[in-house]
Formats: sequence, structure tokens, C-alpha cells
Amino acid sequence: MSATTTPDASVFVAETKGGRITDFVDQRVGGSGILREFGRKVFPDHWSFMFGEVALYSFVILLLSGTFLTFFFDPSMAETRYAGSYLPLKNVEMSVAYSSSLDISFDVRGGLFMRQVHHWAALLFVASVSVHMLRVFFTGAFRKPRELNWVVGGVLLILSMAAGFTGYSLPDDLLSGNGLRIIDGVIKSIPVVGTYISFFLFGGEFPGTVIISRLYMLHILLVPALILLMIVMHLFMVVVHKHTQYPGPGRNDGNVVGYPLGPVYAAKAGGFFFIVFGVVALMAGFFTINPIWNYGPYDPSPVSAGTQPDWYIGFVDGALRLMPGIIGNWQVEQVWFGHVFSFNVLLPALVPAGIIFTVLFTYPWIERWITRDNREHHVLDRPRNAPTRTAIGMAGFTWYCVMWAAAGSDLIATHFHVALNDVTYWLRALFFIGPVIAFIVTKRVALALQRKDREIALHGRETGRIVRLPHGEFIEVHAPLDEYKRYKLVGFESPSPLPAVPNDHGVVDKKEKRRAKLSQWFFEDRVAPATPAELEAAHGHHGGHEAIEAAESQKTLSR
Amino acid sequence: MGNHSDGSPNHSGTVATAGQSEVAKFQDPGIPPHRLRLADTDPRAAKRAERQVALLFGSSVVGTVIFLVAYFAIDLGADSTIGTVRLQNALLGLGTAFAMLGIGTGIVHWAKALMPDHEVSEERHAIRTEEDRQAAVRIVDDIVEETGIKRRPLIRNTLLGAVALAPLPALAIFGDLGPRPDDKLAHTMWAPQDGKLKRLARDPDGTPIKAADVTIGSAFHVIPEGLNEMHEGKLDEKAKSVVLLMRLNPEELNPSPERADWAYNGIVAYSKICTHVGCPVALYEQQTHHLLCPCHQSTFDLTQQCKVIFGPASRPLPQLPIAVDSEGYLVATSDFHEPVGPSYWEREEHVRNNNA
Ligand code: HEM
Ligand code: FES
Repeated sequence: MSATTTPDASVFVAETKGGRITDFVDQRVGGSGILREFGRKVFPDHWSFMFGEVALYSFVILLLSGTFLTFFFDPSMAETRYAGSYLPLKNVEMSVAYSSSLDISFDVRGGLFMRQVHHWAALLFVASVSVHMLRVFFTGAFRKPRELNWVVGGVLLILSMAAGFTGYSLPDDLLSGNGLRIIDGVIKSIPVVGTYISFFLFGGEFPGTVIISRLYMLHILLVPALILLMIVMHLFMVVVHKHTQYPGPGRNDGNVVGYPLGPVYAAKAGGFFFIVFGVVALMAGFFTINPIWNYGPYDPSPVSAGTQPDWYIGFVDGALRLMPGIIGNWQVEQVWFGHVFSFNVLLPALVPAGIIFTVLFTYPWIERWITRDNREHHVLDRPRNAPTRTAIGMAGFTWYCVMWAAAGSDLIATHFHVALNDVTYWLRALFFIGPVIAFIVTKRVALALQRKDREIALHGRETGRIVRLPHGEFIEVHAPLDEYKRYKLVGFESPSPLPAVPNDHGVVDKKEKRRAKLSQWFFEDRVAPATPAELEAAHGHHGGHEAIEAAESQKTLSR
Repeated sequence: MGNHSDGSPNHSGTVATAGQSEVAKFQDPGIPPHRLRLADTDPRAAKRAERQVALLFGSSVVGTVIFLVAYFAIDLGADSTIGTVRLQNALLGLGTAFAMLGIGTGIVHWAKALMPDHEVSEERHAIRTEEDRQAAVRIVDDIVEETGIKRRPLIRNTLLGAVALAPLPALAIFGDLGPRPDDKLAHTMWAPQDGKLKRLARDPDGTPIKAADVTIGSAFHVIPEGLNEMHEGKLDEKAKSVVLLMRLNPEELNPSPERADWAYNGIVAYSKICTHVGCPVALYEQQTHHLLCPCHQSTFDLTQQCKVIFGPASRPLPQLPIAVDSEGYLVATSDFHEPVGPSYWEREEHVRNNNA
């Protein structure tokens, strides 16, 4: 392919067929510049970089399977009587949307398979976007210059949930209708405009006859188009910034170490698409998801216990469950000035999600302000090397998980044979103390891991081999690290708190004082990386454990 | 490791690395030496890897065949059962999985075992040069300056005002998405029609219920008589008017004075629409006389006029006043005295009107 990189194409002859085709196209429309730029672009490799790829590939699978479904799905809410081949529902009154979803399942060959592929890919899509986001957070990949891409990622997370929810509602089965009913209840609790929004959304009273076709438009046009737009922006920025890399020997903020795009990286990434597709197909073939024929058509009267929303809606549903409607004898819903304020619905529906997404979107700026670190970062942090950030992330993650678990409080109760109310009380307590515990524990664990790293960097790996010294003492033999492995453990920076800096007028204002306090909190517990001097000291003494002790007392553990 | 070449000047003192600069750090040893793979040195190993890749691609072909056979050979005709559908679904999944995994794992194996695996290092280039940066910022400054927007607040403020108001029509044009709510949420089908009281009927078949049929401890899912015969808006009505009917020992009921005649012989009727966010409150615990909403576990106590005793709901379930007509059927003596279901902004006003 290097053919195209040579300017003089008239005398230069490509060696392979691929090269000749490239040459042909290039001489007509150009493009060798792009190929030259990207053909061998270096991409760092790490298993945790796969989540973003999974997200992208599951979106492609969603587009493919979703397009197939549109050929057979009819989003009408008109009443009809089922005449398809699924006998238990024969002649049952239902909406055309539900009936056509049943037809896709039972009377279109491969239709059920496509529905299953679509639904599993949807679950995988939101999951991989979320995990990808966690990876980016915990490794500090959101730092300058990637803040804007972090925001685009956050928008993608919201859009992916919107896509999932609008899709979940389309088949108009009992569960999806019930999900809509809950949404309607939440919307009605909004002060001043809630009732109007509900009536406008449903075209009148719930459930009305238009909601499915409206959601359909959002589901197959607006939301996917926005997702596509965001994905394009996202990938464009990835190319502009080049990928981050994990710290290690030979890697620094001025280079990218990895495999060239062609052929290795492209082959691995391209091959991975087929693997994701294959795994989704396997799940679609063998694990039934959303068996709408078991639920029956939507009817406002029945509901079955123990049914769950799709996983990504769980945390909101769980928050709704945790909120008490009555505290003692005090009604949480209040009537003020003749109007209803349903705090029992509003607070759990808006506040946790509001906090999570506000912090998520602003975090890069918050951290940058606290640390005053305005440099570009292309080398990632190992999570343990940024203990406070990692602890903040785990606190948030735990909070999310408590709410998510609350969405299954009834399942927890029946599975572990405990009283449902007790499960709720415990989860209510965890809602408040869970994040605090998670913060403290994570920070301690991160610092302990850092100390362990120091230990290994200075004294080598434990080999598990015990030897007896001449004077009768037993010690474990430590194998020294080679310099590459050692550099991985010591090549990071451990900033100490940054005291308040006077501004241009030479004064330290209130805001700066606050920042200095936060910086103190952020960096006060730190473990400095081992230094050559320490290594020297550790090796100076021969014979095992005295050396360890000598080094121990020299550690620059500043607290 | 500040990247000073990227054109973003670092002000000294703002770098949070204090306390480190004094200590000598380990030198970066550079990219570790490349280790050869088996296939790089041993032609037999390379040949073996080649055959493995080909085998994986071959398994993909098998998968494609499985898919096609399953698609064409399994008939979803008139006599197909759910079992047939499931079988076809499983085989289509299996076929696709093999077809895709064969290609995917084949390519990845090819890349890992046979393609060059030298890690290479590439310089990062600055996103833009310092010169471009300054020029661009200056251009924007000049543009802003030339518009004179800072010197002419009248222009700026009127423009801001106009821009702020301009989206209003874009909002207003959605006004016909739905009708005005008015007091639609305040009324249900239970209101007597032309002086005739509505009978309580079984959900879903619509047959009226005789008081004599309701034994102590039993519970009925109830809809208004005539609901099933509706053509338009049946689900809308049903979503408001479903009711739970239960019979307790009259002593257990403890009605408040104004509701003394809302029950008949220990039979009470309550709205089935949860006052939390509207799920059907479908579970009746006969022993404890509790009603439980399966959505978020709000629990209502029948013996205290369906007061909330647990969960996120804040208000009791509305009670439907009932009596018995001349033929012994249960009837609603009036509509609910308050709107059913989840709360909404105008609800209090509707409660007042309903009771006026
Ligand atoms: C962008 C991410 C998307 C997500 C997360 C998503 C999610 C979902 C989900 C969860 C369902 C319910 C499936 C079921 O029946 O169990 C659904 C249904 C559906 N989706 Fe999507 N979808 C996405 C994109 C698309 C696209 C791009 C199209 C069309 C071009 C599409 C077309 C459909 C159709 C027609 C249905 C109804 C079919 C049925 O339920 O049988 N979807 N979607
Ligand atoms: S809808 Fe009944 S508890 Fe939430």
C-alpha cells in the first residue's frame, strides 16, 4: 500500500492488486493524503479500550436489525382482533402495534430472531456505553484536551437510554404500557405544566391512541439520527486527539505507542465486530428476552408482580421505590397555595438523576479547577494512582447501584426470604451511607495498592520461595524486577496539595481559599512513587528483610 | 510531564507537581524489546496458525449453511407451534453465531499470530500551532470589535430580546399535540348517567356483580357496566375507572362518619389506580387486609380507609361509594369524590369542585 505514498505515480507501479485499485481511485478523486495520514496511524491497545468498540458495533447491529423490523412493524394503536398463529391469543382484542409485533415473532421467518437480536443489542449498547464511560472516568481520560468529548459521551449515554426506552414501549404489550403509565405519573407530578405535558404527549388522556406512533418517530428517526451525529463527532475528536495510552515504558505525553492501523489494528478491530455480532446472535438464539406473547396486550387493569424494566431504567425506578410517601404522619405530597407538589415523586425522579448527570458533565472542570492542572494529558492514570478521583467515582457508582438494587427490592426479598419492608429500610440507609463507605474504602484500597507497588518496585516480586539463612532465620526470596516492569510501577506523578495562589492583584480570594481546601482534601493522602535513591538504599543491604525494614522507614509517605 | 510543545503555555506554579521536582525520578527505559512469537521463528508454527485461521473461516461457512437450512427447511405454516418457532430461532442464532464468530475469531487470530506485532511509537503533533492559535483568537477579537456590539448596547439588548422571544412560536405551534386537560382527570364513568346508577361489573367479562355473590374474604376486579361496549376511548376510561371490590367483617372497616354509608354489608370498593404513579394496585392480602402495588410496593390498609402504611404513595386510594339496587346488584351511588390515580398540579381544585 505504500504505493500511494509516492508522489510520482506515473513511473511508480503498485505491487499488489489492492495497491493498484488505490492508485486508480487516487488518480481520479485523490485521497492519498488521507490514506497516508491514517493508513499507518498508531493505536494503543488495551482490553479496556474495547468497551467503546462494543458500543459502536452494537449500534451498527441495532441499525441493521431495526431496519428489518420497520418493514413489518405497524405503530398503530387502532383496535384489532388477533388472527395470527399464536393460539393462546387468538381473537383477543389488541392494538395493531402489538398484533404486528406478534406477527414479527411468529409469522415472519427470522422475525423473532431479529427482535431478539435488536433487544439484546440494545441492552448491550447501553451497557457498553456505561462501562466505557466508567473506564474513561477511572483512568482520567476526560482530562484536557478531551473534556468536550467527555460531554459528547455523556449526551450519548442519555440518548442511548432514550432510544432504549422509546423502543421498549413500541410493542404495546402489558409491560411496555405499564412503563408508559409510570412515565405518565411522573410527568403529571411536574409543577404547573405537568398535566399539560402529559396531555400533549399522549394526545389526551392516558393511554390515548397516538403515543406509540409518536414514540415510533422518535425511536426510528430522531434519536438514532442524534446518536449518529454524536458518534461522528465523538470519533472525529478521537482522531484529532489521538487515543490515550496506559502508562508504561516508552510511553509519554508526547507520543503514541501501539500498533499501526493497517493491518494489525484494523484486523483486530474489524474482527471484533464479527465477534460482538456473533455473541449477540448467540444470546438472541438461546436466551429469550421480552417474550411479549406471555404478557398480553396492554390493559390498564392487570399487572404481574416481579416484572422488571430494562436494566438502564432501573436506577430511576429504584429511586421511586426508596422514597417514602409518608414520614411518620407527615404527607410528603404537599398542597401549597391550592396546588399540589408531589415531592414523593418529583424528588426521587429528578434529584438523583439530576445530581448524577450534573456531576458527570461538569467533573472535568471541577477537577481541573481543584488541581489547577491545565496541562494536556495523553497518558492515563492507573486508578490507584489517583486515589481521590477513584474514590469519588466509586462513591457515585455505589449510589447508582443502591438505587438499581432497589428496583429489584421485591426480588431480593423473595430470593433471600426477608421482609420486603426491611429490604427497603436497609436500602434507604445505604442510599445515604453507601457512597460514604465506598469513598473511604476505595481510597484506602487505592493507597494500599500504591504502597504495594512501591514495595514491589523496591524489593521485587514475592516468589513464594522460602529459604533458610545460615543463622537459622527463614526469609522469602524476592525476585528483582526488570527495569521495564519497574518503570510501570514508578512512572507516575503523585501531586501534593497545592496551597492557595494569589491572583493577579496579589490577593488570595475566597474562591481560591476554597480551592486550596479542596486541593488539600484531594491530595492529602498520597504515596509518592519509589525513586532511584530508594532503590539504591534497598539494594545497599544484602540479605532480605533488614533491607525491607530500612526502606520502610525511609518511605516518603506524606500524610 | 507537561507537554510544553503544544502551544498551551504552562504558568509556573500552577502545576500540581510540587514536592516531586527535587527528587530524581527513574528514567524511562523506552519500549521493551520486541519478543518474537513462535510463528515468527518456526515456519511449522506459522503453518499451523495459518491452518487454524482457515479452519475458523471454514466454521463460518458451516454457520451460514445452518442458518439457510433453518430458514428454508423449517416451515412456520398453519400447524407450527411455539416449539417450531423456538427451534427455528435457536438454529438461526446458532448459524449466525458460527458465521460471525468464525470470521471474527479467524481475523483476530490471523492478526495476533501472523501479522507483524511490533509496537511502534508515533509522535503526537500539537492540535494546532501556537501561531494559528494567536491568529485565530485575534481574528475573533477583531470581528467582535468590528461589529461594535460592545459599544452599542441598544443593538445588543434589542437583539437579545428578539432572539429570546423568537422561539415562542416554535413552542406554540405544538399546541395541537393534545387537547387542554380541563377537568377530564376529575371524572370517571362511575358518575350516574341520566339518573341511573352504574352497576359494578366483573373485569374483564363485564357481567354485573350481585352483593350476594361477594363472600367474606373475597375480592373482585371491577369495571363499570357498559365499559366493554364502548367503541371510542375504552382504554382511557378503563385506565381511570378500574376498582377493587372486597368484603370484610363490617367491624373491621372503621369508616369515618361521612363515609358511613359508602360500604354495603362489609363490601367496599376502592380505586385500583395507585396514587403514586398509577400502576394497578393488583395484590390483595386477605389476612392483613392490605392492598399492595407491585410497581413500587406502596401498601394501603383497608381497615383504615386505604391509608398508606408503606411505600412511596402519599395519599389513600379513593373510595367508590356503593349500594345495592332493587335487583340485588352492586351499584356506585356516585362518582369518586376525588380524582383517581397520580397527583397533578390542578388536583386540589378538582377535589373542591367534585365535593361542591
Ligand atoms: C439506537 C439505539 C436503539 C435502541 C437502544 C433500540 C432499542 C429497542 C428496544 C429495546 C425495542 C423493543 C424490542 C422488543 O420488541 O423487544 C425496540 C423496538 C424496535 N426498534 Fe429499536 N432501538 C434502537 C434503534 C433502532 C433503529 C435505528 C431502528 C430502525 C431503523 C429501530 C426500529 C425498531 C422497531 C421497528 C421496533 C419495534 C419492533 C418490535 O418491537 O417488534 N430501532 N428498539
Ligand atoms: S405506582 Fe404504585 S407504588 Fe408506584
